[in-house]
Amino acid sequence: MYFDSFAAFLHMDGHGVFVWSVYGSAVLVMSLLSYLPLKRKKSTLAALASTLESCALSNSSESH
Amino acid sequence: MWSFFHKLGSPRWFYQISGRFLPWISVTAVSLLVVGTIWGLAFAPEDFKQGNSYRIMFVHVPTAMVALVGYYVMAAAGAVSLIWRMKMADVVMRSCAPIGAAMTFLALLSGAIWGKPTWGTWWVWDARITSMLVLLFLYLGVIALYEAYDNKVAAGRACAVLSLVGMVNIPIIYKSVDWWYSLHQPASIKLTEESTIHSSMLQPLLFTAAGFYLFYATALLLYIRAELVFREQNTRWVRDLALGKRD
Amino acid sequence: MNFFIATLRRELQISARRRVELTNPLFFFLMVVAMFPLGVGPDPTKLAELAPGIIWIVALLATLLAADGLFRTDAEDGCLEQLLVSHQPLYVSVLAKLCAHWLVTGLPLTLCAPLLGLMLQLPSPAMTALFGSLLIGSGVLSFLAGIGAGLTVGLARGGMLVSLLILPLYVPVLIFGSGAVQAAGRGLPFESHLLILGAMLLLAVCLSPLAIAAGLRISMDN
Repeated sequence: MYFDSFAAFLHMDGHGVFVWSVYGSAVLVMSLLSYLPLKRKKSTLAALASTLESCALSNSSESH
Repeated sequence: MWSFFHKLGSPRWFYQISGRFLPWISVTAVSLLVVGTIWGLAFAPEDFKQGNSYRIMFVHVPTAMVALVGYYVMAAAGAVSLIWRMKMADVVMRSCAPIGAAMTFLALLSGAIWGKPTWGTWWVWDARITSMLVLLFLYLGVIALYEAYDNKVAAGRACAVLSLVGMVNIPIIYKSVDWWYSLHQPASIKLTEESTIHSSMLQPLLFTAAGFYLFYATALLLYIRAELVFREQNTRWVRDLALGKRD
Repeated sequence: MNFFIATLRRELQISARRRVELTNPLFFFLMVVAMFPLGVGPDPTKLAELAPGIIWIVALLATLLAADGLFRTDAEDGCLEQLLVSHQPLYVSVLAKLCAHWLVTGLPLTLCAPLLGLMLQLPSPAMTALFGSLLIGSGVLSFLAGIGAGLTVGLARGGMLVSLLILPLYVPVLIFGSGAVQAAGRGLPFESHLLILGAMLLLAVCLSPLAIAAGLRISMDN
């Protein structure tokens, strides 16, 4: 550990605000980049599943 | 070789194989990033000129590198989709744009925040920052063109042409911005000399750089898979996937 | 070659019949430049310092505005489809159309520029540089704008989009164009700037018709 204490690590001689905001925004952007495609895939599959199921339902009710 | 190339063109095969690789790539990316970040933030020594603010470098430099490489990945995928009319290449190209734009944005943002403690101002019209800004504009242009077309096949091909034009122009833009900056450079602002970076600072940078490249690959695969599922909705394998059947 | 000249003549005749569209970019150029002294103040030294940048940036915008109509009327009346299916190479017809477009927009702009330079107190040694850099640079601008026009001709509304796509590509032209004028204003040599602009022009003339032809095919397939 380069810093003497955890408080010094957070403070970073006054540069802590800048350093931590950069790392925070990087984490934010990167988690968005991972979350958005996953959400899109999930919602596409969910919408597809519901249309397929409703189609199957209407088909089986017609055959009765 | 050619059979691999043909398999690569099959959406279903790509979806399956990428699903198998994805956990490995993403876990490696996250662990490299965590190791590099903790090393860079807590263990690397302080820079004697810039103090602790130089620790922003471990985000700034990799994002800038990935943003630039990402444009070439996009243009290469665009060229493949134009020449061989490969569906997969079109999907890759379309997925590159948002990730590249986000990486460019991160590089610009971290540069601006780094600038405040180092140069005393949020924004300097420095050559590299200006080039990154133009790169962001190029990415935004591709995204805007894609969104403007209703027919997504035409949109993909138009974006491929635009990204190739951009690829030819990027070296010219970078060189001319460099030249412009050397002409107008105020004497009071001296940038850090990159070549003199000490190895104790370089090692964590290598970790985060590798981590960012792998993260780029992870995000690209995630975007490609989402786009594939969206485009192949009418095929059997996506329907089975939606209904929860294993194939 | 005959085909090139025939297309060029046809384009020039068409624009000669539509005089208003010919003069509009020119008036735009004049008016926007006239707005700058009102915005930044009439101080002659300040204006002289800003003049190269102002004239060059307004020239960029004027060519972009003019470029939107480059293929649009042809696409609407079906001429463009005829060009696409004809056995003549699309590269040549695109080249001819762009040359005609430069003759009716870029060239008048260049001829007007020294007048605007006078109004903005540009020092007289910089006049030659302004004229020369615009003469070569406006060619590059027209050819690059053609790429944006070709890619967006199939869309209902292109206007703003063309600017978004093409302005980043204008960066090198702007840097060397206004750089030439600034260098000449300080009494420095500016020939190398013009040579670099000339290299850009050659590159644009050779490569951009390829991109434009590809863009037109994509747009009309749409």
